[in-house]
Formats: sequence, structure tokens, C-alpha cells
Amino acid sequence: MKRLIYLDNAATTRTAPEVAEAMLPYFTEYYGNASSIYSLGRESKEAMTKARASIAGLLGAKENEIYFTAGGSEADNWALKATAEAYASKGRHIITTKIEHHAILHTCQYLEKQGFEVTYLDVDEFGVVKLSELEKAIRPDTILISVMFANNEIGTLQPIKEIGEIAHKNGILFHTDAVQAFGQVPIQVDEMHIDMLSSSGHKINGPKGIGFLYIRKGIKIQSFIHGGAQERKRRAGTENIPGIVGYGKAAELAAEQMEEKAKRETELRDYLISRILKEVPYARLNGHPKKRLPNNVNFSFQFVEGESMLIMLDMEGICASSGSACTSGSLDPSHVLLAIGLPHEIAHGSLRLTLSGETTKEDIDDTVDAIKKIVEKLRSMSPLYEDFVRRNQ
Amino acid sequence: MYSEKVMDHFQNPRNVGEIENASGVGTVGNAKCGDIMRIYLDIDENGIIRDCKFKTFGCGAAVATSSMATELVKGKSIQEAMEVTNKAVMEALDGLPPVKVHCSLLAEEAIHAALWDYAEKHHIKIEGLQKPKSDIHEGEEDEQEEY
Repeated sequence: MKRLIYLDNAATTRTAPEVAEAMLPYFTEYYGNASSIYSLGRESKEAMTKARASIAGLLGAKENEIYFTAGGSEADNWALKATAEAYASKGRHIITTKIEHHAILHTCQYLEKQGFEVTYLDVDEFGVVKLSELEKAIRPDTILISVMFANNEIGTLQPIKEIGEIAHKNGILFHTDAVQAFGQVPIQVDEMHIDMLSSSGHKINGPKGIGFLYIRKGIKIQSFIHGGAQERKRRAGTENIPGIVGYGKAAELAAEQMEEKAKRETELRDYLISRILKEVPYARLNGHPKKRLPNNVNFSFQFVEGESMLIMLDMEGICASSGSACTSGSLDPSHVLLAIGLPHEIAHGSLRLTLSGETTKEDIDDTVDAIKKIVEKLRSMSPLYEDFVRRNQ
Repeated sequence: MYSEKVMDHFQNPRNVGEIENASGVGTVGNAKCGDIMRIYLDIDENGIIRDCKFKTFGCGAAVATSSMATELVKGKSIQEAMEVTNKAVMEALDGLPPVKVHCSLLAEEAIHAALWDYAEKHHIKIEGLQKPKSDIHEGEEDEQEEY
């Protein structure tokens, strides 16, 4: 088998060996229920407290503002549905964007069916929310603004602090889906006026099946899962202690390594971008050239289709992803790529490469070489390319 | 997700290319949905398909169905080519995932479009052949998502 080059770290990451190691004793040795009174249970509780502190520290939040969930989607669902329910008497209008993750978009569509109104803000060609449009969308009955911190497909970072300021100036709650950003870029909930924030463990070398919702103290949203008194009675269910411990360890590592890791990834990212722009004709960089996640690269290659590229990259041992329709199970390409104004056929030819701390320059070079070969092969088979060449003869 | 045969025809597609002064050319699909197929036919005076080439913009299944369709019609008479249905293409590929069935329809449609072009050029009528739809996805109903 060929050497594996894993460039799909926005999908999931390798659990760090330190994380896996930290988790293991909590399966077989310290398996106690954190709610139990005896010392075995207390071991679990203490481990959870420590993890919560690591996570809260990374956000500038208080420990009792972190509520563990089963992942990012649960946190998004909770934030939106519970806010809508709790503040329905104040108003029934929510503002979000067209480029959110489906955990937000589909929850909003569900809320629309329950009688809420949702404004989906447009973004500019780089995928950035226009602040003037946000201000215009605000109504007296707006109860929540939810804008993602960084986009999962094109990596664009939003002006979160400015959005938070606008929300608070108008007395509106502000939620951000930070699943792609937490642990990758600095986040300070107070400075950025964030009231709620969703996150997921497996995106930062933590385990799958664990996430959290940060809820600013004083915000009155109801429990999402009813049952026992776990998570200050707001999220019932026996805590996933190994997952929580692993997530805490991952947050600890992220805090230690963030600056250096981001610098290294940004260099490799920009090297990858410049090589593709120089060496592959008719390639378009999607997302903002600079205001993007350190590890995100997203290109559209005209005249070729994304899934074909992915299969051919896989044959070269390279893992990537695409916003083409064929990878989503529908006929429409990615809503994010359409929102930044790409025509359908160009959106179908998109390729997302997301680096990790383990990605090397050699990985990037091998990937660019493979992309060049694959795009050329697919173009030689493409009727769109044939027509293009004919038109330009 | 794909059968070995689909992967084989995707990795080593048969009959990729163009035919100059082809007897018939058909292009179907649309870029909006992410698949476009073009089939070239070279048909001799006895109505036998001497050669067949294709170009496809689309996913792995779209490439594989085009490749298989060209294999199935090559050397056949026009009437035999008319019997190359999407089902025949799918069977020859040991099946397709449900979301990719439309690719095989596109392959059938592309052959029909190329035959239609041939018939028009030669002012003949091919039994059972109807004017191809310009867009294979026309009339397909959108599946309603549940929330």
C-alpha cells in the first residue's frame, strides 16, 4: 500500500497518542460513575473537573459555563432550539448565514416549521458576512444571531468580535459554531461578546463522540436532554468520562501548541496554494486568501468533477474531500460554494485539503504532483474542456 | 461503494476521445447537476457501429457508465444499440449505488442522442428512437428532505 497522506483534517483528525493514553485508564481502571459517592466515582469527577478547566481556560470562560455534549451537532441543536424556546415570548426571529454547517441550517429549517422566522445572511465572494447586512437584518423581535467562527469548507474566518458587538449593542444573544475554530485559532468569549459556542473534540486530535456548548452564565436556556442532574441539570446522562478526559487533554495540547502549529500550517498552506496557482491552469482558490483557517485549502478546478478527483487521489493514497454533489448524495453542489457565487459546474469541481500538525512539505509536494496529473487526465476526458479548447482555438 | 467493475472502468476507461467527422454525436446532462456525457458514433453504410468514443464530465459512476456503454454498442447494429438500456449498462457493471442510477440513464440517453443526430443527418427513422431530452434531469422529482 502507498504511503497515506491524510489531508482531510476538517472531517476528523487522528486522536493524539497523548490523548488516547490519557483516556485509557478511564475505561478499565477508573470506570466509576462521576455521580457516585465512593472514591472510584470521585476519581472520575476529578478528572472531569480538570478537563473542564483546561477547556474553559482556552476560551477565557468559567468552568461552570462549559456543558459537555455528544458533539458539535448536539451543541448546535441545543443552542438554537433551547434559545428559541426560552425567548419565544420576546421574539421569534433568528439571524444566521447561508454558509453555516447543516447542524445549524437544518435546525433553523426545523424552527421555521415551528413558527420562527430565520434570516439567512449572504456572504461576500470570500465567504465573509457583511456587517452592514447583519445590522439591516436586525428587528425588534430578533432573539438570536448565530454565525460560525470559521467555515468548514472554505476556512473563512468571520469578524466574530464585530458581530458580537452588534448583537450585544442590540440586546440580542450571540451563538457561534466554533467546531472548526476551537483550538485552532485564539478565541476569547468575553472579548468577542460570545454568549454560546459549540465545539467538537475530534476536530482537534481529541476523541469522537464528545463536544461541548459554552453557555454564558445568566443565560436562561433549558435542558436539552432531560434526566439526571449531570452538567448542572442542563444536560442529563452519565458523563462520557474517557471522552471528556481526552477532550481536556486535546485542549491542553492545543493551548500549548496553537501558536507554533498555526504558524507552521499557515506556511505549508500558503506554499500549497501558491504551487497550485502557479502549476495548475484554470484553478480558483475558494475562501479568503488570508482570513482563513491555518490548515484550510479549497480549490475549484474548472472542467473536472470533484468525486472523480477524490477517487483518483485515493488511489494515490491521498485523503481529501469535495463539495461536489456526488459526495453529498444530492444533485446540488455545496451550499457554501454556491453562496460565494460559484456557478454550479465550478462548484462541482472543488477540492478541500485540510492539513494537520503532522503534514510535511513532502506530503504537499506529492499531493500537488498528483493533483496536476489527475486534473490533466480528467480534463482530457471532459466535454466541457473540449468545448473550451475549441472555443479558444 | 463501487463494484470492482465500476472501479476498473473508471480507472481504465475504454474508448475515451473524439471521432472526427463522426456519423452522430450526442451530448446529454447538464453542468448544473455535475454530469455531462458526450458520445461519438462512427456508423458504416450497413448501419454497424464501427467505432464509439466518449467524453464525460462527472463522477466515477458517470465515467464508468460511459465507458461501459461504448463497449456495449461497439460493433453492434443500430437496432442492437437501441437495446443497450440503462439497466443493461448497470448489469454489465455489476450494479451501481442507488444515488448513481441516474448516471446509467445518462449513458443510455447519450447513445440515443448520438443515434438521433445520425438519423437526422441521414434523414432516416430509427425504430423506437425518440428525440432525446436536452436535460436528463428534467422531470425528475426533487426528493423532499425531512426535518
